Amino acid sequence: MKNAVGRDIPDYLLVDGKEVYQGKQYMDGKYIQKVGPRTRRYEKPQETKVVASLVDALKLCGARDGMTFSFHHALRNGDFVANMVMKAAIEEMGLKDLTIAATSLGDANDPIADYIEQGKVIGIQTSGIRGRMGEVVSAGKLKTPAIIRSHGGRPRAIEAGEVHIDIAFVAAPTSDCVGNCRGIGGKSNCGSLGYAITDSRFADYVVVVTDCLVDFPNFPASVEAIDVDAVVVVDSIGNPKKIASAAARISQNPRDLMMAENVAKIIASTPYFKDGFVFQTGVGGPSLAANLFLEKYMDERNIRMGLAVGGICKPMVELLKKGKVRAAVDVQDFDLDAVNSINQTPGHFEMSASQYANPANKGAFVNKLDFVVLAALEIDTDFNVNVLTGSDGVLRGAPGGHPDTAAGSKVCIIVTPLIRGRMATVCEKVVTVTTPGDCVDVLVTDYGIAVNPLRPDLVECLDKAGIPHVSIESLKEKAYSLVGRPDDLQWEDQVVAVLEARDGTILDVVRKVKPLEL
Amino acid sequence: MEICKTAAAGTLESSDCLVTVEPGNGISLELSSSVMNQYGRQIKATVLETLERLGVENAAVTVVDKGALDCTLKARVECAVFRSCDASAENIPWGGAVR
Repeated sequence: MKNAVGRDIPDYLLVDGKEVYQGKQYMDGKYIQKVGPRTRRYEKPQETKVVASLVDALKLCGARDGMTFSFHHALRNGDFVANMVMKAAIEEMGLKDLTIAATSLGDANDPIADYIEQGKVIGIQTSGIRGRMGEVVSAGKLKTPAIIRSHGGRPRAIEAGEVHIDIAFVAAPTSDCVGNCRGIGGKSNCGSLGYAITDSRFADYVVVVTDCLVDFPNFPASVEAIDVDAVVVVDSIGNPKKIASAAARISQNPRDLMMAENVAKIIASTPYFKDGFVFQTGVGGPSLAANLFLEKYMDERNIRMGLAVGGICKPMVELLKKGKVRAAVDVQDFDLDAVNSINQTPGHFEMSASQYANPANKGAFVNKLDFVVLAALEIDTDFNVNVLTGSDGVLRGAPGGHPDTAAGSKVCIIVTPLIRGRMATVCEKVVTVTTPGDCVDVLVTDYGIAVNPLRPDLVECLDKAGIPHVSIESLKEKAYSLVGRPDDLQWEDQVVAVLEARDGTILDVVRKVKPLEL
Repeated sequence: MEICKTAAAGTLESSDCLVTVEPGNGISLELSSSVMNQYGRQIKATVLETLERLGVENAAVTVVDKGALDCTLKARVECAVFRSCDASAENIPWGGAVR
């Protein structure tokens, strides 16, 4: 059945009330029945919840074949915990038919690809999927299609019981002996633990894995002892160098800076650019650089940003310290400046993934966004964006908060070079729709700017400010004139991943790629 | 043109390609590309056209493509062929066989 972005969704996926994507805000006003976890009572006071090993923790939680384990990705590409847990479960305990429900997975999780190939891991639910795991899933080796959700779609699915977490594993930079966790104060700090919070509240069992046991009580705690069954102390939960970079460097690339300047100009041309505006930017080169140019306009008009949302990094922390931003709410930290600032700098707060982006709660922070600046792997002439599959059709990305912030914001700006190598970023049809075009408002490339015709108000803003813009079709033609018109990818029938829209409907599917034979 | 000895041109940098030509019987092409699924057919056609334009009838050609544009592919093939018969130092037929 064709959905609202023109993608054909196989009927066999449309069972148990699953629907195809119908357009943004389709679920508004409908009801959600939240499920509760079945958790063990600890009435008798416990001195400590620390157990000797991961296997002991798994046994305590009744780990068995067919269970779903969850992980968060606050340690990003430095994470050791997911691999450690899966190794203990599969190699030491001999468990099989496991499903991994992670907030995201990266290259750091490459070893898990082996468990998929061996058929020990049969399900993956995640936002991001990259590296070898992306390759084996794309090759059709996972027994069930992977389910890809945005950062807001995941807590929605957990709360609705669409994914039931048997055991949540919380990698914690610090924990006390009963499981109060924080992202700071240890040797592998990640700052915000926002992605772990929903899991800790909705999983049947919660195991904290830390490499720094601190005095009780470890407060204010991100994950609280009242939800935790066991604490395991390991040598190291991750590689600090890969958890948070020293500082995300602002691009010196003139092309990036030109695009960033145009982004700031566009923002300043709209009526939403006023004192107290709410802003989020990604950490890609041009998106990050937009912060600098925006500061100039803020100074000129003598206005302050009310709130910065999202993944937080150094430029935003600096604005906060200078008093140019009143507050920052933070689901994830990208560099050490942000890690060292959360709950330290006045106004820098932690939030959960649900608070950040869940479309089924009573008002996530993304709904207050005036502007979001995002990148794209591909964007097509309907303004649909792909940030999941490479142009070769292989899974190697993450929707992350992209669809959530795009849908919630008043102005969603995509900034991307027109071509990358031989790949046309602006194209006729994206490989996979991860953010529907009805949520995307402006495209900024190094060859020109295009405004979504659904937003005549923004067209008027740009015209008034004298910012030139063209049709997205002309940008696509320009790209193809440089790199040539690509051949269509060839696919097998087998669906290897289902891409859920943030509201739980099906936005697209990824099929197994048929390699080109010359 | 006659391929006298093995010669190569290009790099493995992104947006470039490494072209190697060796003496052979007829034309054989081994192609790998980071954009194979979308541009493999066009890359093959470009390489074969360029060889034909240079009058190369016997060569074993290997192309490791990293997303090079057509103009780059052509230039690398031309250069490798000219190097293979020691003709790359002077008197290159700009505007003739090399365009």
